[in-house]
Amino acid sequence: MGPSSRLPHLPPTVIVGFAIIALYAFAAVFAGVIAPYGETQVVAGEFEPWSSAYWLGTDNLGRDMLSRLLYGARNTVGIAVVTTLLAFAVGGAAGLVAVVLGGWVDQFFSRLVDVLMAIPQLVFALLLLTILGTAIPSLVIVIALLDATRVFRLARAVGMNIVVMDYVEAAKLRGEGWRWLVFHEILPNVMPPLVAEFGLRFCFVFLTISALSFLGIGIQPPTADWGSMVRDNASLISFGDTTPLLPAAAIAILTVGVNFVVDWFLHRSSGLKD
Amino acid sequence: MADELLLNIRGLKVEARGEAGWTEIVHGVDLDLKRGEILGLIGESGSGKSTIGLAAMGFARDGCRISGGAVTFDGVELTTASDAERRALRGSRIAYVAQSAAASFNPSLKLIDQCTEVATVHGKMDRRLAQSASIDLFKRLHLPKPAEIGFRYPHQLSGGQLQRAMTAMAMVCRPELIVFDEPTTALDVTTQIEVLAAIREVVRQFGTSAIYITHDLAVVAQMADRVKVLLKGEEVEEAPTRTMLATPKEDYTRSLWAVRSLRAEAKPATVPRAVPILAVDRVSASYGAISVLDDVSFALHPGRTLAVVGESGSGKSTTARVITGLLPPTRGEVRLDGEVLPASYRQRSKEQLRRIQFIYQMADTALNPTQTIRDILGRPIEFYLGVRGKEKEERIRALLRSIELEPDKYIDRLPRELSGGQKQRIGIARALAAEPQVVICDEVTSALDQLVTEGILKLLLDLQKRLGLSYVFITHDLATVEAIADEVVVMQRGRVVEAAAKADLFRPPHHPYTELLLSSVPQMDPDWLDRLLAERAANEGAPT
Repeated sequence: MGPSSRLPHLPPTVIVGFAIIALYAFAAVFAGVIAPYGETQVVAGEFEPWSSAYWLGTDNLGRDMLSRLLYGARNTVGIAVVTTLLAFAVGGAAGLVAVVLGGWVDQFFSRLVDVLMAIPQLVFALLLLTILGTAIPSLVIVIALLDATRVFRLARAVGMNIVVMDYVEAAKLRGEGWRWLVFHEILPNVMPPLVAEFGLRFCFVFLTISALSFLGIGIQPPTADWGSMVRDNASLISFGDTTPLLPAAAIAILTVGVNFVVDWFLHRSSGLKD
Repeated sequence: MADELLLNIRGLKVEARGEAGWTEIVHGVDLDLKRGEILGLIGESGSGKSTIGLAAMGFARDGCRISGGAVTFDGVELTTASDAERRALRGSRIAYVAQSAAASFNPSLKLIDQCTEVATVHGKMDRRLAQSASIDLFKRLHLPKPAEIGFRYPHQLSGGQLQRAMTAMAMVCRPELIVFDEPTTALDVTTQIEVLAAIREVVRQFGTSAIYITHDLAVVAQMADRVKVLLKGEEVEEAPTRTMLATPKEDYTRSLWAVRSLRAEAKPATVPRAVPILAVDRVSASYGAISVLDDVSFALHPGRTLAVVGESGSGKSTTARVITGLLPPTRGEVRLDGEVLPASYRQRSKEQLRRIQFIYQMADTALNPTQTIRDILGRPIEFYLGVRGKEKEERIRALLRSIELEPDKYIDRLPRELSGGQKQRIGIARALAAEPQVVICDEVTSALDQLVTEGILKLLLDLQKRLGLSYVFITHDLATVEAIADEVVVMQRGRVVEAAAKADLFRPPHHPYTELLLSSVPQMDPDWLDRLLAERAANEGAPT
């Protein structure tokens, strides 16, 4: 019963998605080795065109565009991964604890999340970052907390379906504490939807960071970052040059790639037939 | 006309998709059905009886396909017919009644709209005509207030009423063939009688052919003209019902027949010991404002089995929840070996929790699907007894041996890699792992086939003898009570209506409710239902 077959073949979109993710991961890890120049090194004049020395030209300060794109993968993607992990640790744990303990704990977390979600996320993030300053740790914590609200709701919803199962009741009757219930009885059973959500959430976090950087309060110069790279070189667009769109394209392609994989995973874990 | 062949199945093969491609689950079954005839299909779960029933409509479940053979319905070959041709037949000439009517109705539409839909979609009747036809069927099926009941929503009807409404839905178009897939399995014995009688009456009135799928031999004896016994996708034997009941040919059929004869050895009458191992004393409980238990008392003595019997809603499972501390009572107390237990399980000590263990009805939901058998059994050993490492492993293996499962083969499996009966055995082993004194069995066999049930009951009796366990056995099945109980408590609407030793309970005079329960258990006698209905009609007619 059910499509539990062990991946007889992957759909082409998934292969493309995995290839994109692998390529980005490679760029992020080996940026220091494969990049022709340093991340912040000024190597030539401003806005050099594409040439054999500077494959993708140079930016508004004369730094090599290709090198900065590669380092950008490390910075932007790295921060997005850390932020998403943090969002899942906080939101997932709070959601499952709310499910297991119920009562006022559940009420407290749920209402807190309602309040946080009532404020538009980007506006709220702008506000908090203006107050806290734009250091990378505060960026990570603010976005992670705001995204944790969504994770909380998902974890609580799927956890609700599990907590009513007899095996959870059996564990309660055995006298197990809430830690055992959360980590041994419930968490393993809610992993598939959470993993799928992880992929989606990663895309949103990624886009939020890029948007904040574009607005100037995300990752700060001279650190290479795709969002601020678009902003810094935006004036070139009016001259018909596509170079400033490359970081934007890098963001778009990764988002599409991750979504290919997530869609497939969601499809599998939801047990839908093709 | 009477002897005309309506449905003809030859060499039917059905395959199911699994981890390693397609595997055959029905291996070439033949089936003939004449007009106006009722054929009983009987077998354990996994015997392919439901799959064959669906194939009779030219349909295969998701993940299954008809891979060979021919299904001919009144001259139309269903396996090669186009979707449109099959669609034209289904609902209008062939209908299907599912096991769980509650899950098969659309909860957000009124019954009458769901009943008339088939007829209007097929263009057989207009809406008004279909409505009056449905109401007529509601009347024939003895639904209360037939003119109004259709305008209610499914959740406003009881399970038995829904099952009859579903039969009405199937019959609106006057189909020539109806496939009944275990229509009464989910119902109480007293409700089952009403539904069986209503279905049989209507099917006979209209001369409809039917395939009646069930695992309950006594039910099939009442309904079918002919019975076909299936085992693992193959036919074992087929014969007219009376012949089959009187002289089953095959060993397998005989073993099905023999299950109901399991009896526990009579234990010596209760040694009147001052302190029962478990005493429920004047317990009342409620869910919110609704009172569900009222002044319930009984006592269980060491090494004995106390059966709590009643229909759904009688409070028998609630009693179990009070004993385990899941539902603190509003009044009264539960004593374990003379010691008063705290009302909520949260306040009970680990030791108190250990001494009372619980076995669930649905082994599917009682075992965590992500834990291996080793984890499931190892946890209570480690948690309660503090045993770890090699000794724990040895104990897990000993437990598996005691429930007759080969340790090397099963210890690393996940629950989904076990059969229903094996899962229930793991549920028993998990309870045993805590080395309890009292085990509460909540309908532990009601989701299982008869043969598997017999195995589980034998195992429980055997364990009782070896380990001196005391059981509270909650069930609605009186055959199980006869097999296993020493004392019986009959419950109705949250009260104890009769408490007696088993031998006394099955001997008159009874409490009227016990009488009703006892008389409603289907007997392996094709005339039983007729006789019972006649008796009851006579009693109703007589002034009381």
